Amino acid sequence: MVDPNVLERHGLKPDEYDRIVQFLGREPNLTELGIFSVMWSEHCSYKSSRVHLKTLPTGGPQVLQGPGENAGAVDIGEGLAAVFKIESHNHPSFIEPYQGAATGVGGIIRDIFTMGARPIALLNSLRFGPLDAPETPRLLEGVVAGIAGYGNSIGIPTVGGEIAFEPSYAGNPLVNVFCLGIAKASDIIKGVASGVGNAVYYVGAKTGRDGIHGATMASAEFDEKSAEKRPAVQVGDPFMEKLLLEACLEVMRTDTLVGIQDMGAAGLTCSTTEMGSRGGAGVEIDVSLVPQRETGMTPYEIMLSESQERMLLVVKRGHEAEVERIFDKWDLHAVHIGNVTDDGLLRVKDRGAVVAEIPNRALTDQAPVYHRPMAPPDYLAEAQQLDLDALPPSREAGRTLSGPANDALMLLLGSPTIGSKRWAFRQYDHMVRTNTLNLPGLGAGVVRIKGTNRALALSVDGNGRYCYLDPYRGAMLAVAEAARNVACAGARPLGATNCLNFGNPERPAIMWQFARAVEGIGAACRALGVPITGGNVSLYNETDGRAIYPTPVIGVVGLLEHADRVVCRRIQGPGDIVILLGEGRGELGGTEYLKLAYDVVRGLPPALDLDAERALQALVVALADGRLIRSAHDCADGGIAVTLAECCFDTGGVGIEASIDEVEVGRDAGLNRAAALFGESASRVVVSVAPDRADEVLSRAADSSVPARIVGRTGGTALRVKAGGKTAIDVTVEEAERVWSTAIDKHFVKRVA
Amino acid sequence: MKFAIVVFPGSNCDHDAYHAARDVLGQNADYVWHKDTDLKGADVVILPGGFAHGDYLRCGAMARFSPIMREVQAKFQCEHVHIRVEQTDTPFTLACRRGQVLRIPIAHGEGNYFAEPEVIARLEANRQIVFRYTNAAGAVVDDANPNGSAAAIAGLCNETRNVVGLMPHPERACEPVLGSADGLLIFESAVAALKTGVLGGSTRSALEAVG
Repeated sequence: MVDPNVLERHGLKPDEYDRIVQFLGREPNLTELGIFSVMWSEHCSYKSSRVHLKTLPTGGPQVLQGPGENAGAVDIGEGLAAVFKIESHNHPSFIEPYQGAATGVGGIIRDIFTMGARPIALLNSLRFGPLDAPETPRLLEGVVAGIAGYGNSIGIPTVGGEIAFEPSYAGNPLVNVFCLGIAKASDIIKGVASGVGNAVYYVGAKTGRDGIHGATMASAEFDEKSAEKRPAVQVGDPFMEKLLLEACLEVMRTDTLVGIQDMGAAGLTCSTTEMGSRGGAGVEIDVSLVPQRETGMTPYEIMLSESQERMLLVVKRGHEAEVERIFDKWDLHAVHIGNVTDDGLLRVKDRGAVVAEIPNRALTDQAPVYHRPMAPPDYLAEAQQLDLDALPPSREAGRTLSGPANDALMLLLGSPTIGSKRWAFRQYDHMVRTNTLNLPGLGAGVVRIKGTNRALALSVDGNGRYCYLDPYRGAMLAVAEAARNVACAGARPLGATNCLNFGNPERPAIMWQFARAVEGIGAACRALGVPITGGNVSLYNETDGRAIYPTPVIGVVGLLEHADRVVCRRIQGPGDIVILLGEGRGELGGTEYLKLAYDVVRGLPPALDLDAERALQALVVALADGRLIRSAHDCADGGIAVTLAECCFDTGGVGIEASIDEVEVGRDAGLNRAAALFGESASRVVVSVAPDRADEVLSRAADSSVPARIVGRTGGTALRVKAGGKTAIDVTVEEAERVWSTAIDKHFVKRVA
Repeated sequence: MKFAIVVFPGSNCDHDAYHAARDVLGQNADYVWHKDTDLKGADVVILPGGFAHGDYLRCGAMARFSPIMREVQAKFQCEHVHIRVEQTDTPFTLACRRGQVLRIPIAHGEGNYFAEPEVIARLEANRQIVFRYTNAAGAVVDDANPNGSAAAIAGLCNETRNVVGLMPHPERACEPVLGSADGLLIFESAVAALKTGVLGGSTRSALEAVG
């Protein structure tokens, strides 16, 4: 019988070991145990999440590739496909921020070009502890530099993203990276191995001992010993990846490949078994043929290494020389390490001697699936209660005075979650490939598709605080916001990808959060017509038993058929009419305002009427397509006051004069005013319109049953907002923009070289 | 008029230069693999930006690990800056006005231009400084120099004035939808140079994006 310590080190439970023995009909050797441990890890097997993920909508006429491949794909017309996916690299980024983030970018780029698509855009969604906590600046700096270091070198622009700061991420930051590529729809390539006798090739960086058990590490909680796991973090080499990218795309243009897959988590093990399993075939390799960077590596180490920038290819018989020649051109050497077989087994040899032999399906389809117990978290019922008449004293000076709510606005604009992310964006090369129509920070990222009139809009969004208070509603809101951001660029949302960041699924409260969030994503994706085409689950995001906020991050891709009809958040000059589409209901539950001004995280997140949301998004897309609006910006964190302010930023100081209704949420007049200004009711978009188009916009809104009213006019150099007829905000754009644009920079002391 | 864009394994602005020359400017353009020995009759050779060879990158990649580098290292910066045209008698600036301010993006990490004062004096005397970083009004001020380049130098030419190298990326500023079309002047200059015979029949010109 196996040593329990060996099992524990491999993250396997005793009953899982019994299943292994059953599958093999014998005890596994150590190499086989290692292979099972990574393939049955949460990270590779989705054993806790699979039953829930199955409920997500994944189909639609536009879907060319749903979940199960290296990335999803949707039809964007003219014979082209948008290939995209989001993935997490949370655990490695906490241990080594630069390399963790860099290799996360490297991994997601490989997932995209593996499908035969040229990667053209990156996004990221990041979460950290409070920026004034001692560790955060170093983590933020390392992660942003890692993303920049990899993406910039390889020449793929990072066109946007989001960063939020919450105490729950202090011990477990989130690094989710998204990549989008373009392929000919007819040329999408899959990760399959088939055709007995076809050669299996290894190409790319040599295999070292780095990253061994990375997948297992990503499937465990953190504790004070995690820093000792540093050797498990891989080191990225973007130059090697650039060679692989160009060489693989060149090989794919020839008709020489059966399938291709990158070696990501669980490296050679995962790529061989998944390709074999998808093709209903077996794969036999000899590890002694694998190029090695270190001496004396065992079959166990070679099979489990997560060295970066490696690919596995199955080549059509007779085309071996052609494939080898193309890789040689790029100074890469494709090495023939094995062959496809018909026995459905993963057979690993070492100098001819069999060292592991496992049915592929035991490692993939037949991996354990758990219906884990679920129960609402203990905190939930209490946290959802919000009595606005019993709030603690506010931090905003002068709130109870009759003066303007300027302080509250400045508090929000100056917070790093709401403030400008330019500090990060300028470190990313966001212009390379000369397709970027909307620069980062102007809303969804927008890239044109050269050779067509089309463009794609991309957005990643998620709000952990909302999901903490109601994972179902919070997840729906994440889908709605990502799709709304895409619509606000003028693009019709086509498809989505999800990155589900949660705590330890073995705890019923976490599993309940997960299940409810997946239900919410499903409901919103169905209603808004954006199927999930793939994604990633990251569990065990806990340090010392404290879980992160449940954080589903949703990436949505949308299509503009006419790239020149793109819009962004910026107003275009003075004299335009400002119209609010949708209605504010003064919802303060879970808002940035309550958190910042009162240090309160309570209540229910804003309600979401999916029919109203769908109508709003369709209207905004139609208005942009009809060239009726000159800017569009969704109301999210910080409510309409922040939205109006952001409409004025990056315009050279053009202001807005607006008037909104007051909302009665409690006894305190100041709080009622704040609810109107900073409440985060969903399904709202602020658009600016040339004066002679305002009537048409209002009537189109009425036709769509979307509430719409004129709230103001652009012009002057100040942001002035009345609530209930009384002046509530009166600041110069210059002053507000200074606070907003230095929200992150101010936390970094300028270093002089 | 034919442009050749030299492709090194790590080039990442090659497609952008090709697009600017061929699709925007409507000229003949071709990629040339760095191992090739034939420029295929090109009139203008573009060495695009990026990481030409891995060894270049590795220096930086390794240096990053030493803690001191983290402290002194300039962050990568990507944004529009202003450069002033100092010389118009090169094949890449003759469509510009002397003193004209162009809005063109930069995208680089550690790089800046550095030389001893006597070298800079010689460049000045030979009128080899082709572009300088300035503010929008065309004034050389510290705030407008994004990387601390000596004498605010953003671009230089060789003594025979047919090779121009510059840090900013004109190929990224050739269409108004990308935020600026000022970079097109540099490409148009090359076309005009050939037409007007400023370029001698046998002299080939090269534009090097150092960034």
